[in-house]
Amino acid sequence: MAKLAVENRIWDPAETLPRDALRALQGRRLAETVARAAKVPFYRDALARAGVDPAGVRSVDDVRRLPFTVKDDLRENYPLGLLAVPRAEIVRVHGSSGTTGKPTFVAYTRNDLDVWSGLVARFLVAGGLRPEHLVHVAFGYGLFTGGFGLHYGIEKVGAGVVPAAGGNTPRQVLLIRDLGAEVLVCTPSYALHIAEVAKAEGFLPGTLPLRFGHFGGEPWTEEMRVEIERGLGILAFNNYGLSEVIGPGVSGECGARAGMHVQEDHFVVECVHPETLEPVPDGGTGELVFTTLTKEALPVLRYRTRDLASLDRSPCPCGRTGVRMSRVVGRSDDMLIIRGVNVFPSQVEEALLRVEGTAPHYLIEISRPGTLDEAVVKVEVRPGDFRDEMREMIELRDRIDREIHAVTGVRMTVELVAPNTLERSAGKARRVFDHRNR
Amino acid sequence: MMIRQLSLFLENRSGQLRVPCKVLGDAGIDILTMSLADTQQFGILRLIVKDWEKARKALEAAGIVVNVTDVLAVDVPDRPGGLASVLESFEKAGLGIEYMYALAAARERGQYATLVFRLGDPERAARLLRDAGVKLLSSEELFARAGA
Ligand SMILES: [Zn+2]
Repeated sequence: MAKLAVENRIWDPAETLPRDALRALQGRRLAETVARAAKVPFYRDALARAGVDPAGVRSVDDVRRLPFTVKDDLRENYPLGLLAVPRAEIVRVHGSSGTTGKPTFVAYTRNDLDVWSGLVARFLVAGGLRPEHLVHVAFGYGLFTGGFGLHYGIEKVGAGVVPAAGGNTPRQVLLIRDLGAEVLVCTPSYALHIAEVAKAEGFLPGTLPLRFGHFGGEPWTEEMRVEIERGLGILAFNNYGLSEVIGPGVSGECGARAGMHVQEDHFVVECVHPETLEPVPDGGTGELVFTTLTKEALPVLRYRTRDLASLDRSPCPCGRTGVRMSRVVGRSDDMLIIRGVNVFPSQVEEALLRVEGTAPHYLIEISRPGTLDEAVVKVEVRPGDFRDEMREMIELRDRIDREIHAVTGVRMTVELVAPNTLERSAGKARRVFDHRNR
Repeated sequence: MMIRQLSLFLENRSGQLRVPCKVLGDAGIDILTMSLADTQQFGILRLIVKDWEKARKALEAAGIVVNVTDVLAVDVPDRPGGLASVLESFEKAGLGIEYMYALAAARERGQYATLVFRLGDPERAARLLRDAGVKLLSSEELFARAGA
């Protein structure tokens, strides 16, 4: 049996439910969820089209008969057309960016928030958080689920929160030192950045009070884990979630750190081939699909995450019975995560359209020269856009710059290049060159 | 009195300046003068050639973005304070200068030097400057003077 990196403490006994009891619970909850979803016109129609009678859903295996839900469905029902409870029952709204620059919103009832913070508490405790700890949260707060999601989970455990949010890294390092936070919460790339800044400020690795880190919000690698652990002198844990399903807390690592336990009493997970949508055998990489089992405000049926990963059902030495998912190894669409923000190439195209009327040829190059992502957008100058005066050309570049930031929420470097110099491919134009190691 | 100037978009990396020069050379076009304005990332190359239409066709055929701009060629007395006196006329006429550069080939030491000016409204500027007694060169004069 693999050794656990931390003392094994289980927050919720439901994490260790025997598989047959878990399956029975999933079946009951799935029936309730489908009945709840069927009250939403969108799901009622989708179920009817798929020939599913909500009353006929009894076992968790019935999930395979349900229709899929995709991000576009949320967008088309903007802002909250998929709500399954009266509006008055909403106690929180979060959101995430989409391909058109318009966010998609998700809503929570009181009970949803309670469940969510409990799920966050599970992975935090599995990864070393104790009530006596202080946690430095360097996630952005706001519509993004990361900040508030972790915040409430930490409070649920009874630990203390330092809601530092993003920005001003040297100050964050001082806060960590002066307040003595034992746990760090942020994106993995920001953790690397903090380690670098701490080093530059004269802190030797391991001299900050930090002992554990819980990182998520973007895909990362084992190499990054080693680097973060060395740079900050901590144990680093991975967690996973997405706002459409609930937010962080869909799954998280235990002390074995060999995959993230999916909280199966609250979500049914499937791994499917992104094109055929047929199940992928355990261990094979496919697209993860989640069905919520307890969400009240916004239940989702078979939500296609576009995240590629694999599932492992072998028993885990920690005693948790939830299936483990691997790190996210890629996407089945063209979504990019830049400095923790979801960005679609079509958003860049939309920004160019807004500035120039029609979008010129462009491409996006992403790299991680140090610890932070850098995105460069190369835009071909068309004869009609070219002006003889430098001032006007710089203005054009700055307008594109501002528009991209407005649409995507991310700062990118805009470079004007000569026409016909960017690579063109025969079929679908390849717009993105991601040089970050995945 | 308008001189046709070609402006080219260039990326600021090595070899970029050579391409248009080679295209014009291959087409048998002499470059009377050129001036480069650049930023760290891109530049604008401004050229005056005799047969600007032929030059433009050759450049565009080579995939280069070309912009045609009207500029004024101004005679400046080649003596201390010569340029200042001309600039004073600009100021009095209320003309803003977008940019300017000297035409090295068209200078007679001690007599005159020729400067190229890009002004906001070239037609109006030409009229006002002529009224102020500033000598503007026609294309023919300019090329004759430069020996082209
Ligand atoms: Zn485990």
